[in-house]
Amino acid sequence: MSSTEPEIAVDDPTAPSEDSPAVTSTRTVETIVYALLIALALLLAFDNWRTGMGWEAEGPQAGYFPFYLSVVLGVASLYGLLGIFLSRAASSETFVTRDQLRRVMQVFVPTFLFCLFTQWLGLYVASFILIAGFMWMVGRIALWKSLLTSFVFSLAMFITFEIAFDVIMPKGPLEALFGF
Amino acid sequence: MEAFGLLVHGFAVLMTWKTLALMMVGLVLGVFVGVLPGLGGPNGVAILLPLTFTMDPTSAIVMLSCIYWGALFGGAITSILFNIPGEAWSVATTFDGYPMAQQGKAAEALTAAFTSSFIGSLFAVLLITFLAPGIASFALRFGPPEFFAVYLLTFCSFVGLGREAKHKTIISMALGLLLAGVGMDTVSGQLRMTFGLSELLRGINFLVAVIGLFGISEILLTMEERLALRGHAARISLRVLLNVWKDLPRYWVTLLRSSIIGAWLGITPGGAIAASFMGYNLAKRFSKDPESFGKGRIEGVFAPETAAHASGTAALLPMLALGIPGSGTAAILLGGLMVWGLNPGPLLFVEHKDFVWGLIASMYLGNIVGLVIVLTTVPIFAAILRVPFAAIAPMIVVSCAIGAYAIQNAMFDIWLMLLFGVVGYVFKKIGIPLAPFTLALVLGSRAEDAFRLSMIGSGGDLRVFWSNALVGSITTLAIVLLFWPVIAKAVGRVGQLVQPAKRTS
Repeated sequence: MSSTEPEIAVDDPTAPSEDSPAVTSTRTVETIVYALLIALALLLAFDNWRTGMGWEAEGPQAGYFPFYLSVVLGVASLYGLLGIFLSRAASSETFVTRDQLRRVMQVFVPTFLFCLFTQWLGLYVASFILIAGFMWMVGRIALWKSLLTSFVFSLAMFITFEIAFDVIMPKGPLEALFGF
Repeated sequence: MEAFGLLVHGFAVLMTWKTLALMMVGLVLGVFVGVLPGLGGPNGVAILLPLTFTMDPTSAIVMLSCIYWGALFGGAITSILFNIPGEAWSVATTFDGYPMAQQGKAAEALTAAFTSSFIGSLFAVLLITFLAPGIASFALRFGPPEFFAVYLLTFCSFVGLGREAKHKTIISMALGLLLAGVGMDTVSGQLRMTFGLSELLRGINFLVAVIGLFGISEILLTMEERLALRGHAARISLRVLLNVWKDLPRYWVTLLRSSIIGAWLGITPGGAIAASFMGYNLAKRFSKDPESFGKGRIEGVFAPETAAHASGTAALLPMLALGIPGSGTAAILLGGLMVWGLNPGPLLFVEHKDFVWGLIASMYLGNIVGLVIVLTTVPIFAAILRVPFAAIAPMIVVSCAIGAYAIQNAMFDIWLMLLFGVVGYVFKKIGIPLAPFTLALVLGSRAEDAFRLSMIGSGGDLRVFWSNALVGSITTLAIVLLFWPVIAKAVGRVGQLVQPAKRTS
């Protein structure tokens, strides 16, 4: 049995290191999520109670079904919350380390900005900025490669959706300049 | 053989250049999606759904289902060559597939994976061809109480049979059902849970949620990990192909066992992931030489791949026959049906014969063409992984945004997608399953309608769910499944009392 060497290798220079300190534990995040879910359940239950959760002559009112679902959601979340408080063990499990959070933010923040830009500049210009910026700044890929890839991709998307498939996307001043 | 005649008709529907071209495009995109980290079957289908909005339903479903087959094939490539499962259902394939690649037998492992995928799918498609029409015509007699009972059965079996903590499954499901209710109430026309926001009047679109939950959150999760990869290149030569196929009959027991497990778990909401592990474990247990598993045994590739594909394909059976999806991806295809103006359910077999049989015929053809494509183009797809993730991640984000916006032409949906992305990321990390949420969101309003119509019919008497033998047995089965873990424990305890000598593990 001869072992062959790997032929394809891709490196990840900015990978999160193994020993990066934890930011929060799973236990904390779970507690927050359950608390939020309980709040949501209460809010929805109240709203459905206001809509009407009883019975009319011809059947259940509009709020009936969702009201009881909010009760189910609330009870299940409460059960989860109590479960956390009752079990003291296994509390140190890491939810996310500092390095991991940094990487996640590296995607989340640009995605958020992309959504914001889409509103003003249109989707295609925003996607050009997102892809080029992300490749260059986060991926540390040569600037010309980033710009070229991003331009080709955005143009391809424009041709596919706007021209070939008639799917209308938000457009901004640049597209208006070309008469779209 | 009525089914056979209809199937031939289905092939006739399919045999146009346009449909065949769309099929190829779908398969290639699907393999692509399956190979890339951070994208999978459900996201791929959800993101590419907008492309099909302007197509006729048959072309649309053919292309989307081909994306699904392609993704099922593609998952195996990275598992074997890079030891990175492209999909959760190909985790079990890495156990023996990667060791084979390390020993220089990558081509054999890939051939085995693709071939067994094909066999698993074929088994499930045959099942669909001959069972689905019968189930659908039986279900035509269903009234609202029966339908509600079937929905209840689906939800309860998720809770009772799922591997996740019960309260987490219930949370996920209740949340999905609640969000499905947002907006205009279909029965009374009243507004619910909109809190005066005009954007919420339309309700929360299922596909927007799916794109966020699976697409965006998957990108966030992928970034957390170390993205470096080292793997093997492979070309499949005709000699290797024939060698593997020559040995195939020897493994017929494994193939058949995995097909049956897969088909069963696909129809019930067990899913392809459970099926692949179960197929692998059973093959190991029944093997004469279980020690050799995990060290590059070809049977260890056959077993999980057959089961995963049989399951992925069989998940479409309840979707076609009853309008109840058996998996996350099937749920998205179901969402697609509604977008194209088709009403999922047993009537589909009567009202849209061309559509249904075209789809079933495309399952046969798609799998054959898919097999040929992956066997011949493996080196190209393996090379895709050389493309840095920093280039792929923003492109996926853009595709997700296009998909989310296109559904209702609403900017609000892009923000909603981002929100669901964060929710999906957190839920996945704390172990709240997303599949029940998806299912509940897509079935929610129909389940509620069925409940309320039954209530209106019976004048508010809950006994309508036990009013005849059929609906009574489905409802009872649903409740049994809901409490299945408790019942199983009780039965086990009684069993122990009867047989005190039996050792418990």
